[in-house]
Amino acid sequence: MKLPFNFYAVRAIYVYEMSRTRRTLLQSVVSPVISTSLYFIVFGSAIGTRITQIEGVTYGAFIVPGLIMLMLLTQSTMNASFGIYFPRFVGTIYEVLSAPVSPLEIVLGYVGAAAVKSIILGVIIMATSWLFVPIHIIHPFWMVAFLVLTSLAFSLFGFILGLWADSFEKLQAVPLLIITPLTFLGGTFYSTSVLPPPWRTAVLFNPLVYLISGFRWSFFGIADVNVGLSLAATLAFLAICMAIVWWFFKTGYRLKN
Amino acid sequence: MTAAISITNLSKTYASGFQALKDVSLDIRHGEIFALLGPNGAGKTTLINIVCGIVQPTSGTVKVDGHDILSDYRATRALIGLVPQELTTDAFETPPATMRLSRGLFGKPPDPAHIEKVLRDLSLWDKRDSRIITLSGGMKRRVLIAKALAHEPQILFLDEPTAGVDVELRQDMWQLVRELRASGVTIILTTHYIEEAEEMADRVGVINKGELIIVEDKAELMRKLGRKQMTLELREPLDTIPPALAGHKLTLANGGKELIYTYDTKAEHTGITALLDELQQAGIRFKDLQTTQSSLEDIFVGLVRQGQ
Repeated sequence: MKLPFNFYAVRAIYVYEMSRTRRTLLQSVVSPVISTSLYFIVFGSAIGTRITQIEGVTYGAFIVPGLIMLMLLTQSTMNASFGIYFPRFVGTIYEVLSAPVSPLEIVLGYVGAAAVKSIILGVIIMATSWLFVPIHIIHPFWMVAFLVLTSLAFSLFGFILGLWADSFEKLQAVPLLIITPLTFLGGTFYSTSVLPPPWRTAVLFNPLVYLISGFRWSFFGIADVNVGLSLAATLAFLAICMAIVWWFFKTGYRLKN
Repeated sequence: MTAAISITNLSKTYASGFQALKDVSLDIRHGEIFALLGPNGAGKTTLINIVCGIVQPTSGTVKVDGHDILSDYRATRALIGLVPQELTTDAFETPPATMRLSRGLFGKPPDPAHIEKVLRDLSLWDKRDSRIITLSGGMKRRVLIAKALAHEPQILFLDEPTAGVDVELRQDMWQLVRELRASGVTIILTTHYIEEAEEMADRVGVINKGELIIVEDKAELMRKLGRKQMTLELREPLDTIPPALAGHKLTLANGGKELIYTYDTKAEHTGITALLDELQQAGIRFKDLQTTQSSLEDIFVGLVRQGQ
């Protein structure tokens, strides 16, 4: 029997990955929500009340998009990387490799599940933030677009990480030592416009500045960089990740050797 | 009739430079149980992994039911089920959940009735709510078989299926394999237990250092390569074999109390009659005699040693 598209495989991987999330609800959902709430309490409510408004937005509200983005980037990367690394680590990847599934279907299953988890998490964190600060979203369509595109792009990035990593240490190192610092330095808690000129230029080499800026623009209409540039950077990152994944499957790198 | 699996000039060299398979050609027929024997590192698992799509071949072609495994991988893989050598299971899932994943991966719609049947056949139904990590080694092995059968494959690879399982479970698995074959499933088995191949296989292939040394019908292989020994228990021990008997393949054992004659079953004349005549003429008398036939294991060891 010829299968032009193995829908059942995509669904099976997706369901399996989502059931892993349900199994690890504390780690997958509760923990990031609590961490973000603490950020709101400390930076938003406690310290934020002593900080003046940034371009007409209270500090507590200003950090909401950055914090959602922080969680989105780290959780997308960690979820997707673990999803594919664990079967490689324990050896159950043999089943995926021996099944009549195309690389596209494998990616749709794993990355789709990781991205959906991140989007759900992003929405939960956004709802949590409403408990602390009043928020009005000026461009809801673009907010959703940035949320979905970023989740997808960083789930793909996580998938690449999960294929590349050959130890749990490497798997943890990238989100903790690269993504988190870059997100913090990329304007989660501040506007890059407050930086002195040389630093203001330097941060433009941090790709996460564009994502955070674009997402914040969709909330408040204020941005550190042009929103078109933010969208282009997000799409470019997505395209680069897709190309790398395609190369991994074409060559069998870390999978079939 | 198209072979279930047709392998032509298959070679595999890993990135490290290790050549795991050297120009292997082999046809496996529909509905047979084929046992692939070989020492550790001989290339058995590499061969299986290439057919299943887990390892990329360096050169050569493999067709499954007439379909190329590379250009038509969806058709070939949908036909195959694989029970791997290692106990690699989804530790935190239940047997039905991991079977549902397997079935979906192979493009089959959910079928709770089939999953229940397989679990019952493998005596796993009572463990349906248990996490796999809590199951014994033998149970985990059954879960792997259940996963391989989840999508109702036409060809089943069993890579060392009874490694580390107890005798009772081994018998159960042999019975299951026979039932699968009776239902038309082609089975390819690799094993270290020669008795397993001897018990179940229709044909046997021996692989060593990446080369397929021989492929033969099991009974024919045992007939061709099987050697028999006749042991004569002597009335009087001998110090040496008398020169008159030097023309026979004789050895002394048990302090000269036993005379052992080795002969090929494939030979037209076994030479037993002539030997007995000459023993009588030489005045050597015996009080008992027995014959033993070499097992498939002896044949296998002999072939592998020849290859070295």
